[in-house]
Amino acid sequence: MVDTSRSPTESSGFSRKLAALIIIIYAVVTLIPITWIILTGFKSVTSSITYPPEVFFEPSLEGYVNLFTTRTRQSQEYLEALPPPETWYEELVRSREMVIAGPSKFFGRYANSLIIGFGATFLSVFLGALAAYAFSRFKIPLKDDLMFFILSTRMFPPIAVAVPIFIMYRKIGLGDTHLGMIILYTVVNLSLAVWLLKGFMDEIPREYEEAAMIDGYTRMGAFFKIVLPQATTGIAATAIFCMIFSWNEYAFAVLLTQFNAQTAPPFIPTIIGEGGQDWSAIGAGTTLFLIPVMIFTVVLRKHLLRGITFGAVRK
Amino acid sequence: MSEIKLENLEKSFDDFVAVEKSDLTIQDNEFFVLLGPSGCGKTTTLRMIAGLELPTSGKILLDNEDVTFLRASQRDIAFVFQLFALYPHMNVKKNLAFPLKMQGFKKSEINIRIEEVSKLLRIQHLLNSKVSSLSGGDRQRVALGRAIVRRPKAFLMDEPLGTLDAEFRELMCLELRKLHNDIKATTVYVTHDQLEAMSMGDRIAVMNKGKIIQFGTPKDIYLKPKTKFVGSFIGSPAMNFIPIHHSIEKNQNKIVINGENYDVPQSFGGTNSSINYLGIRPEKMFLTDKKGIPGVVFGSEYLGARKILTIKSEFGDFKVRVSNQVNAQIGSNVKINFEPKSAIVFDGTTDKAIESRYIKLN
Repeated sequence: MVDTSRSPTESSGFSRKLAALIIIIYAVVTLIPITWIILTGFKSVTSSITYPPEVFFEPSLEGYVNLFTTRTRQSQEYLEALPPPETWYEELVRSREMVIAGPSKFFGRYANSLIIGFGATFLSVFLGALAAYAFSRFKIPLKDDLMFFILSTRMFPPIAVAVPIFIMYRKIGLGDTHLGMIILYTVVNLSLAVWLLKGFMDEIPREYEEAAMIDGYTRMGAFFKIVLPQATTGIAATAIFCMIFSWNEYAFAVLLTQFNAQTAPPFIPTIIGEGGQDWSAIGAGTTLFLIPVMIFTVVLRKHLLRGITFGAVRK
Repeated sequence: MSEIKLENLEKSFDDFVAVEKSDLTIQDNEFFVLLGPSGCGKTTTLRMIAGLELPTSGKILLDNEDVTFLRASQRDIAFVFQLFALYPHMNVKKNLAFPLKMQGFKKSEINIRIEEVSKLLRIQHLLNSKVSSLSGGDRQRVALGRAIVRRPKAFLMDEPLGTLDAEFRELMCLELRKLHNDIKATTVYVTHDQLEAMSMGDRIAVMNKGKIIQFGTPKDIYLKPKTKFVGSFIGSPAMNFIPIHHSIEKNQNKIVINGENYDVPQSFGGTNSSINYLGIRPEKMFLTDKKGIPGVVFGSEYLGARKILTIKSEFGDFKVRVSNQVNAQIGSNVKINFEPKSAIVFDGTTDKAIESRYIKLN
């Protein structure tokens, strides 16, 4: 007998279950390292380097304290002479026979990441939207060639041009500056932004902006009031991709930033404790580093899903 | 309100000429319809009047002011799009307020205007709805509202009823015409539907292949088509054409079909074309026992008081509108004749009507 309970386009129960299983396995595999690094952040320094690794352990905030502070080791006598610790983290540090010497550089590096990440994302999306609109609406000589040229900037890994960029940046004083990094990430992201957004702009009927222009608005006014709000989906999707790249970028950050504008990715792995890498602090730093881009993606998630399926069904 | 004048207007896209040297005057307070098959240049003409398209050459005058190269935003003209183009991210009220905001109206004034317009169009209950939740007819009303609220010099409408279903279209036709009678604004309305054009327009311009072929009142256009194209495009069912295999002399008042003489209005001009066409409206043909063109009844459409017979003859199919009393079985042999006064002879080469007492070119 033929099963008529489902439509012919719907997949069968078995293939769905199989698909779900594959996705779950894939998710577990990809999530293991992330889970491990998050767990490591809540281990004590000794527990983080125990072999065989501990899956069950007593949670500790030592990693987070170490991440935000610099500490010095002191003698037993010195510690005993001090007044009793005022805060839980001082107490934690003293139990390791150390005192807090001051804040670490983590906060500054994190702020740099935020400034550069969001700055580059905003700039890429803004410039990308303008360019995409122009490509979508106007007659431009050699339009296809220009679009290809824009795409071709991504046909080699950006790091391939690292040396010339390094020299250029040093000569014009953009090395180790926020502006320099924002410009660099924008340049890398721009081709993606233009291509993605052009697709979305093409889908927006011209009648909307024509209506706005007849209603008394200039083309620029129509672009900001009518076209941009309707491209929200595309802008959100583009912003997520740009944000993920500029937030995670490592190679250029290592090469071009040192003090002023160093972002979190080159900083976190260099957190050194006594006698080597402080893994629990690195775990803590990584966990905190994951949060902004996660929030950003979750907030824009609704648009991202719609963004990917955009244009599939026309109303 | 205002008068719109097109002088020698021409538009070409690369090699393609969309609108050929057109002259047209749309009078103040007039409901003017641009009618033609798709691709005839009527929408391009409208877009040039709106300022959405710049002409290749020629002039557009609005109230005697040259607006040919002004931006759309500087022309004070409203446009109703075929797909309405209501801003989807705004509710109805914001859509209506959008053009007013740009003109710098105060909030209280905007509200008064919106109130007025929504009352006129009976959309008060929709003001806070999302555009996407509206039915086709309501969207149409809101789009009209957005056009009216500004009190512009003229309204341009690009097939605004094209996407509505048949029943609703009829209703909106009436509403649009009533609205025009109420606010008396110069309106240019583009459509390919000759019924819409006939029922709403004060005057109609018929376009084909980028040219304005004829303009006049619906009655003029129906009764005195200047070309064979106009005759066949206007009217439902369309005009019947009978080929005449001889040339037409000046002052000729008889033609020969099938070896028999038929009376036609005395011609003022003549033609050397060896094939010409006699055009007759379906209601001006009748069945007869005497002299006539022989044919076979092929179909019969019952339309209440009247019916339309399709008759196959050696000269092609004819549509004849007759009274219901007429008895014509399908398959029976009949003869058809026509009222001589309403017959129009078209030149087979130029497609133009040959002038007579009833038809004057220019």
